[in-house]
Amino acid sequence: MSDVVEKARQSVLRAIDEYNASEEQKIPRSTEAVLLGPGGVVDSLGLVRFIVLVERCVEDDFQVPVSLTDEKALSERNSPFRGVGALVEYIASCLAPRP
Amino acid sequence: MTLTRTMLITGTRKGIGRHLAEYYVGRGYRVIGCSRGEPDQPLAGYEHFCTDVTDEARVKELFRQIRGRGDRVDVLVNNAGIASMNHVLLTPMKTVEQIFATNVFGTFLFCREAARMMSADRRGGRIVNFATVATPLHLEGEAVYAASKAAVESLTRILAREFAPFGITVNAVGPTPVATDLIRSVPREKIDALIARQAIPRMGELRDISNVIDFFIREESDFVTGQVVFLGGV
Repeated sequence: MSDVVEKARQSVLRAIDEYNASEEQKIPRSTEAVLLGPGGVVDSLGLVRFIVLVERCVEDDFQVPVSLTDEKALSERNSPFRGVGALVEYIASCLAPRP
Repeated sequence: MTLTRTMLITGTRKGIGRHLAEYYVGRGYRVIGCSRGEPDQPLAGYEHFCTDVTDEARVKELFRQIRGRGDRVDVLVNNAGIASMNHVLLTPMKTVEQIFATNVFGTFLFCREAARMMSADRRGGRIVNFATVATPLHLEGEAVYAASKAAVESLTRILAREFAPFGITVNAVGPTPVATDLIRSVPREKIDALIARQAIPRMGELRDISNVIDFFIREESDFVTGQVVFLGGV
């Protein structure tokens, strides 16, 4: 696992902890966790709040502003918000140094 | 225990924004303000950021700095606004873009960033936007300004619904003309004609505006959201 992916994973796990601290619906601390769709653990409003927390944690950890809901995210063939693992991968792809 | 609440006011260099900064410092708030330039006069208990409300990166940085020191915004007052009185046939597109950038996009950016902060810790908050009587009065010469503030009214009502689950209320105050730089270039007869259309025909005072804001942000107003209150009986 690359450094960026691992750092992104840690950011997302921290966001999950913050989310779980105040929400009844809990998100498992796992990259296998499904967020949306069949087996998903958050509703649409919960997803909004979770993404806000993830963006905040990523900005704190990487010290760069991020927007996870820009056109790039919305135009991905597979939504980066379908699960925790996909979200980690998407964040890492946004933050990885360009060659 | 009463905790000091933090209020963020945009457009605080002068005029209504400056008055609000002084007024709420006097009421015990920790007041943070912003404008493109430095304030004309220093104010004890007030902190200023030189931030253009239309610059997304700078707006996000302002909130990041507030959060970085463990503070939060309890109340946001979106006061920053510009106007340009002119006949539509003589209005350059650049003017239209600038007015919408400050009045609509700036308001949107601050609402979004403040609501992110207010929702993250589940403590909610209050947002007060600025409308104008120029919108319901359909004032000739103020088409662009009135249209931009109509957008602010619409934002206010919809954000009220979107933010309600997070304990955030969103309302707007719609002032009549107040003696500030915003209307300095408007001929007196135009102002008089406008005032004559109000139920209470007088110029607005700064206290008229802070009075409505006081109502929106008081603890007991947590069931009041999505409202636009016009002054003067318009």
